[in-house]
Amino acid sequence: MLDALIQGILLGGYYAILAAGLSLMFGVVRFINLAHGDLAILGAYLVLFGVEILGLSPLAAVLAMLPVMALAGWIMQRLLFARALGSGVLLPLLVTFGLGAVLQNTMFGLFGSDTRSLGNHIGSLSWSSWQMPFGISLGKLPVITFAVAVAALVALQLMLSFTKIGRAIRATSSDPEAAELSGVNARKVHRAAAAIAVALAGLAGAFLAMRALINPYAGPTQLIFAFEAVVIGGIGSLWGTLAGGIVLGVAQSLGSTFSAQWFQLAGHLVFLGVLGARLYAAHAHHHGGWRAALKLPRTVQPRAVEEDLP
Amino acid sequence: MMSPVSFAIERWTSASRLTAALSAALLAVLVILPLFASGLVVDKATTLFVYVLLAVMWNLLAGYAGLVSVGQQAFFGIGAYFALRLVDFGVPPYMALVVGPLGAGLVGAALSVFALRLKGGEFAIAMWVIAEALRIAVMFDPAVQGETGTSLLALNAFDPELRRNLTYWLGLGGLTAMLVATFLLLRSKIGAAAQAIRDDEEAAGSIGIDVMRIKQIIFVLAAVGCALAGTVWLASAITFQPRTSFGVQWTVFMLFMVLVGGLGTFEGPIVGAVIFFLLQEIFGDFSVWYLAGLGFVAIAFALFLPEGIAGWIQNRSEVRLFVTGRKLRINPQ
Repeated sequence: MLDALIQGILLGGYYAILAAGLSLMFGVVRFINLAHGDLAILGAYLVLFGVEILGLSPLAAVLAMLPVMALAGWIMQRLLFARALGSGVLLPLLVTFGLGAVLQNTMFGLFGSDTRSLGNHIGSLSWSSWQMPFGISLGKLPVITFAVAVAALVALQLMLSFTKIGRAIRATSSDPEAAELSGVNARKVHRAAAAIAVALAGLAGAFLAMRALINPYAGPTQLIFAFEAVVIGGIGSLWGTLAGGIVLGVAQSLGSTFSAQWFQLAGHLVFLGVLGARLYAAHAHHHGGWRAALKLPRTVQPRAVEEDLP
Repeated sequence: MMSPVSFAIERWTSASRLTAALSAALLAVLVILPLFASGLVVDKATTLFVYVLLAVMWNLLAGYAGLVSVGQQAFFGIGAYFALRLVDFGVPPYMALVVGPLGAGLVGAALSVFALRLKGGEFAIAMWVIAEALRIAVMFDPAVQGETGTSLLALNAFDPELRRNLTYWLGLGGLTAMLVATFLLLRSKIGAAAQAIRDDEEAAGSIGIDVMRIKQIIFVLAAVGCALAGTVWLASAITFQPRTSFGVQWTVFMLFMVLVGGLGTFEGPIVGAVIFFLLQEIFGDFSVWYLAGLGFVAIAFALFLPEGIAGWIQNRSEVRLFVTGRKLRINPQ
């Protein structure tokens, strides 16, 4: 049980990396990217290509993949996503579903349907662990994944807080029109956000391929997990993705102690439960909240709870 | 005293009357098609009916009520599953294939209480998650045998030719019923209310439209339609695999057909389904590269012709084949 809990928390690190990019696109560009999972798998295949064909070390291959994916994100934002923006939720869905179909089937055509893994290329890292007191063993790879997730989120936070592009991203995210009026070029900001988001997707894909088997059609499942982490953690919130990822990871990890199918089902149910609880909270708030139900004096001014999604 | 002008609300045009007559004639031909067409043609036509039905249902949801769902495969799969289980309980197969979708409608009604309170992207994704959760729940049923799936073996008792024709008539009957129901619904006050909700939910609510009730009616009708497509598919494929029946590709196909054909037009999804069917017939042998090509076509339409083919034509022509709206005609005296 404790073991499953720890595994789940560490798994949350992987989901945080995967979800951070999706959340960034959602929060800054107001764009739902349904190809995010497929881009993660593309990143994994690029790393496999670097290791197996170019003979790079896994670390070098990951470091080489990141700028390639960032460039791909920049180009996709410029050529595809920007044109589908500002016309509701439908065109982004069609464009990114289409992009997903292109990516999945092109990867299938190029790399075949065999499941692949980076696990064979990272030596003992894929299975060795650190022994902790009380008989707990921490897998080295999950711990490294979690550490990289935290490092990536810290780097993003620093970038958002202290750099010029970070300020522009925050300004565009909170009020695109006011940001434009203040001289921020929203399209540049969107391209930068897309570059970061796609690079993060690639990084997540690389970690996925290290601990699991992947195939060209593995993207949509990862996309659902990423969405669940984003929504549980709160859309557009950077550290929320880590919290959401951990909640999802723990739910899945505890679920998998029942059966393999419960791994996914537990995550889905927690996601739906969180959405339901939020609906209920908003509804209760509308009617005075639990304080009113208990006839307690109101201590805080009511705030708007319902948020409109882009 | 007589008013100086007389006016009338126009609900039929000469073009729409002609279309209705031609549709009835086409239906008559399609009903007797199996008597003179080859088995291959009948099979292909059944597949086309499934595509048209799916596209019309998704258009009803997204195009007329603004409910963009990525989870309609939930009903496609659950309808087929209910039909399978009904047959296990001794219901005659073709009756089960009709009753199963009604059960899916009940599931839709239950889900609507939760799902329809979500907005925009959250609704779209939550529907997908619901479909996945239902798939896993169905796989817990020992009769489904997990990933392996099961078969509607009761249909093997029928003569193959009879089975093919019955499945064809089931598809044609289901499609016709859902098309007529959709058409009448869109012409009714409910259709007008749904479009008002799609365009501005708060404004629609403020003029007295029961937003939740209208959305529920559309949502449940679309659930029954998608489930009917699922049972027709089950009857022609015989096998039921949870991963296929609950696969997100069904919604991807719906999205493709509706946006290529023309969202929010009555003709659009039909046009889109025929194009999708033809693309599959011509290029389907190229398998993965065909699917990648479909992705390119989807991107091209989204970027360069977002209103779809029927929408493009309607923007350039006054003629409406299926009139769902109302037009005020003022007669000069």
